[in-house]
Amino acid sequence: MDHSKSAAEFVGNDARAHWHDQALWFVRVKRDRASGQVPEWEVLRETAAAIKAHTLAKLPEYLEEFERNAVARGIRVHWASSAEEHNAIVHGILESKGVKRLVKSKSMLTEECHLNPYLEDRGIEVVDTDLGERIVQLAKEPPSHIVLPAIHKKKEEIGELFCEHLGTAAGASDPTYLTHAARAHLRGKFMKAEAGLTGVNFAIAETGGFVVCTNEGNADMGTHLPPLHIACMGVEKLIPRMEHLAVFLRLLARSATGQPVTTYTSHFHGPMRGSELHLVIVDNGRNRILAQEAQRTILSCIRCGACMNTCPVFRRSGGYSYGFTIPGPLGSVLAPHRDAGEYASLPYASSLCGSCTAVCPVKIPLHDQLLLWRKKLAEKHLIPLAKRVAMALAGLVLQHPWLYRVTGKLARLFVRIAPRLLVYGPWNIWGRQRELPPMPAKSFREMMKGD
Amino acid sequence: MSTNARNSVLSSLREALETGAHSGKVPGLPDMKSFSREWGIQYANPLAQFAESLRSVGGQFLFATDLGAARAEIAKQPCMKESRKVISLVPGIGHSTMNISENGDPHELEGLDLAVIPGVFGVAENGAVWVEEDSLPHRALFVVAEHLVIVVKASEIVHNMHEAYARLDFTGRSFGLFISGPSKTADIEQSLVIGAHGARSATVLAIGS
Repeated sequence: MDHSKSAAEFVGNDARAHWHDQALWFVRVKRDRASGQVPEWEVLRETAAAIKAHTLAKLPEYLEEFERNAVARGIRVHWASSAEEHNAIVHGILESKGVKRLVKSKSMLTEECHLNPYLEDRGIEVVDTDLGERIVQLAKEPPSHIVLPAIHKKKEEIGELFCEHLGTAAGASDPTYLTHAARAHLRGKFMKAEAGLTGVNFAIAETGGFVVCTNEGNADMGTHLPPLHIACMGVEKLIPRMEHLAVFLRLLARSATGQPVTTYTSHFHGPMRGSELHLVIVDNGRNRILAQEAQRTILSCIRCGACMNTCPVFRRSGGYSYGFTIPGPLGSVLAPHRDAGEYASLPYASSLCGSCTAVCPVKIPLHDQLLLWRKKLAEKHLIPLAKRVAMALAGLVLQHPWLYRVTGKLARLFVRIAPRLLVYGPWNIWGRQRELPPMPAKSFREMMKGD
Repeated sequence: MSTNARNSVLSSLREALETGAHSGKVPGLPDMKSFSREWGIQYANPLAQFAESLRSVGGQFLFATDLGAARAEIAKQPCMKESRKVISLVPGIGHSTMNISENGDPHELEGLDLAVIPGVFGVAENGAVWVEEDSLPHRALFVVAEHLVIVVKASEIVHNMHEAYARLDFTGRSFGLFISGPSKTADIEQSLVIGAHGARSATVLAIGS
């Protein structure tokens, strides 16, 4: 896929692109306000980064400790190497209990594994209960953001969707009215659900338990009523001890939405009376990332979405331009691990401004990682021919000062005297939506030399 | 089959770390013992900060000097006056109008207007209250109710989450949670709406000095 082609469509609707841009920047501003109220913010980030780096370096040991403790608490632990294995395990558990109606709270892992269609094909009704996810589910679209799944949708569009599926008043678009309608509709689903499925925000090796954070309460509504709870986690969600939770929880909601903490921070340490609690631990290619020591840091991610909210490219191109489960700067460094050829354009969907690195709560050097991927893609010859040629030529010019001077002089002359049609021809990709800066008569060097 | 999957995942992770270990270094774990003392934010008046944090997330804060005063405060609240189906787990605050035993079906909680539950302690930095499973006949109680009142001792407010976790112990416990304010969402055009799936209102009643 090609990010710039996909983005062109989004960007083509100028008003809409600006609206999306503002909406996401607003979330970034809230994050700044919240983090500004914690004087020790940078210390928290450093500490979180160090905890994750340590945990990833000793992941197998911590996973074994976690499993021991979880099993001792009556949690049934399953392991899956791949998305297919994960889906089969989840389906197997549901089938063994005769479950036909499942409610789900947000789990990007299950998006990655395409669990919903797998279960639906096998006759299980899957209801996404996070409001944003329910909206995109009804619209038959994937989420466009990992925390704000329906950020690309206007309230009028949601109103139309709800009118069709929930029976709300035609033309209604008031968010309060629509949310309350969704509350009633989903309450019915919660009451009839035979099983609840959640993701895992953090799994704690020391206790064998895990934490799920929501603002809506949908993870709790979905798991405290039916007699079966299945939780799905990627191997990298592990942290060593309970005391470490304080660090991550202080960072997560502030980074994601600018709140000091989510409304509900539920600590699951065993099944309810008369209930079963299953946990599926999934690799699905994470071991390949772990093997690249220089890239391992991207597994530290706590899925806050701050990098997406701040990224000027994401804000102006939208989540769908990336063609991957996770969009934005994070998606751009994850996707090439899954398929470098297919996603080779993503590390280039960036100006390397570094804003993502500045906001990442676990200090992943995202823009450095984007640059590192560009290097790796070049080594694998996965860069389009035009770019390879352009880079080779640029390299040549920059290596030879006389060539640089001559090229500069010719370029300045050409842009000044050539007809506009020639200057802004199809080869001038940069000039498609921008005016070139006015070309001076003399270069700086010439001025200094008094030529 | 599951043992094979387990071994497969663990061995591929081990192999990944071995082949990828160019530096041979395992980053150390930061020392958290003095973290709270050295770095954890402290407030001049934790109770006042708790109240402010709670309000900023859409919750309501009430203070009463003793149980009698608390009863009077709560009786004035609209959520108490308008609620027909009430469950109170705090003796002296509100009257239960329905019975739900531990052996009952939590689905029968549907339609519950108000739940009054005990909290263990509050956290000043974010208005959260720690609620334990031991205090709930059913976990679903705190999320099914339309309105929530959580009762804490005014003296039991910690400054920050580090102090909070120093108090938590999951030995022999299988569930607990932090509740900070009412249920909410901003999924429709970033407009904040209070009352998504959980309680539409959340009040913390602090009793004491």
